Amino acid sequence: MTAIPQDTVLELENINKFFGGVHAVRDMSFNIRKGELAGLIGPNGAGKTTIFNLITGVYSPDNGYISFLGEDITNLKSFQVIRKGIARTFQNLRLFQRSSALENVMVAMQQHHRYSFLEGISHFGRWNRVEREVKQRSMDILDRVGLVERAHQAAGTLPYGMQRRLEIGRALALEPEFLLLDEPAAGMNPEEVFELNDLIQGIHEDFMLTILVIEHHMDVIMQICPHIICMNFGARIAEGDPDYIQGHPEVLKAYLGEEVEEE
Amino acid sequence: MSGYTEGIIILLCINAIAAMGVSLLTGFTGIFSLGHAGYMAVGAYTTAILTVEYGVHYVPAILLGGAMAMVVAYVIGVPTLKLMGDYYAIASIGLGEAIRLILENWQSVTRGARGYPGIEGYTTLYVTLAFFAVMAFGMFNLIHSRFGRAFKACRDDYIAASLLGFNTARYRVLSLVISAFYCGVAGALLGGFLSFIQPIMFDMIKSTELTSVVVFGGLGSMSGTLIGASVITLVTELFRPISQYRMLIYGAILVIIMVLRPEGIMGQYELGPRLFRRLKDKFSSQKREPGEGRSSS
Repeated sequence: MTAIPQDTVLELENINKFFGGVHAVRDMSFNIRKGELAGLIGPNGAGKTTIFNLITGVYSPDNGYISFLGEDITNLKSFQVIRKGIARTFQNLRLFQRSSALENVMVAMQQHHRYSFLEGISHFGRWNRVEREVKQRSMDILDRVGLVERAHQAAGTLPYGMQRRLEIGRALALEPEFLLLDEPAAGMNPEEVFELNDLIQGIHEDFMLTILVIEHHMDVIMQICPHIICMNFGARIAEGDPDYIQGHPEVLKAYLGEEVEEE
Repeated sequence: MSGYTEGIIILLCINAIAAMGVSLLTGFTGIFSLGHAGYMAVGAYTTAILTVEYGVHYVPAILLGGAMAMVVAYVIGVPTLKLMGDYYAIASIGLGEAIRLILENWQSVTRGARGYPGIEGYTTLYVTLAFFAVMAFGMFNLIHSRFGRAFKACRDDYIAASLLGFNTARYRVLSLVISAFYCGVAGALLGGFLSFIQPIMFDMIKSTELTSVVVFGGLGSMSGTLIGASVITLVTELFRPISQYRMLIYGAILVIIMVLRPEGIMGQYELGPRLFRRLKDKFSSQKREPGEGRSSS
């Protein structure tokens, strides 16, 4: 085993996952260092979301090892992984549609602002102060993602691009150290994608976050991510900076198809 | 106040307490139960035995009745609520019936199917109102706390909830245990009101009634549950003189509400200033910009 640098946030080592006979992830290994804004790219069905699900405990790997800040998280349940300081968004939005935008953020924000059950049913003690704090800080988050005017609107009735931003806001409310964004630009128009890139780069700096983004729009990733991992058919095919990835023959093959060699 | 009116108010409060419990579980946590009369029975028998056999004062006896229902719910809830989906609904049918059959056959303790007579009439109007006031206060506070938000998150999307750091299985069990406490206390008060309890009073019809009250009032609305409980209790009581048509009217009202308003009387909203603000916003925004607020993807 090679020496792991001190500032490694996430480490995957030889992760394998099978779904029946399908080898969905094969021998996947990579490291994400503290403060990085990394990208995970690959064609549809390459196994990108499966990697996220393996990291966040939705699935557990068939073999291999995942560690976060030096701690083994391979077989932890989702809620335990999240409590270690990882937050994620979803490719197909998973907002609480009937609740307001504010409530969606508050339900995440409350994880770090607690009071006892007795205070919950009596509304005595810390209830008032904590609830006000949760609400205030949630409004700050909504302000950050540009949704403060829509705070009381039901999340399911927001325009699509706003729902994507709300999900990022909800993940930020968990106050994570490491943020996983699953295709944040899916279904957005070019103008929205531009704003989104701004937002991702902004929160990366402001919250001093480590971020891993899944995207299969190459142009998005190339603009914002200095470190890119490219995968296809469940395996890593290239890793490096944007120039290296763009010129890598395996990547071109995965995206453009194989050239037929004429003898 | 005549004894009859008093009786109706007492019954109304008892039904409302039990319905609030079911509402928390079904309306706010999304778990359907068809066996909650079983928890009422546990509360009623525990309190009856404690007061009659052991001479315990009725206030601690009622609370212990609720606590016993919580214990039973916890023991049953931990294995069944690990399963997601509607499994608990099916399990709860068997569960409610099992509790009833145990009470019917455990002659030496419960005196079997003939019932348990001679319970002290501790359920006076003021005792009931006091219990109702305290428990309603606790329940409305609970749903407006971090716990209420957590229950709703588990109801709406348990995968998203667990990826926001909630141990969803634990919250499901917590919700069940609280709802069992409410039903246990309601059962204990019912025993003191009637001075006589019988296992058959807590059969599946009673369980179904509790769940239909909650659906009738609106899933996810505690004030809707109170309205639903009041309407159903009043209908069943006020039409007692024409008792042969009573169930017919009861059934007709349920059908009419479900056809006209499938989301229940209150939908998911609470009666209060926020509802009126929402209604006002709705009307004014419809006038100004009809397209706004629809999701566009």
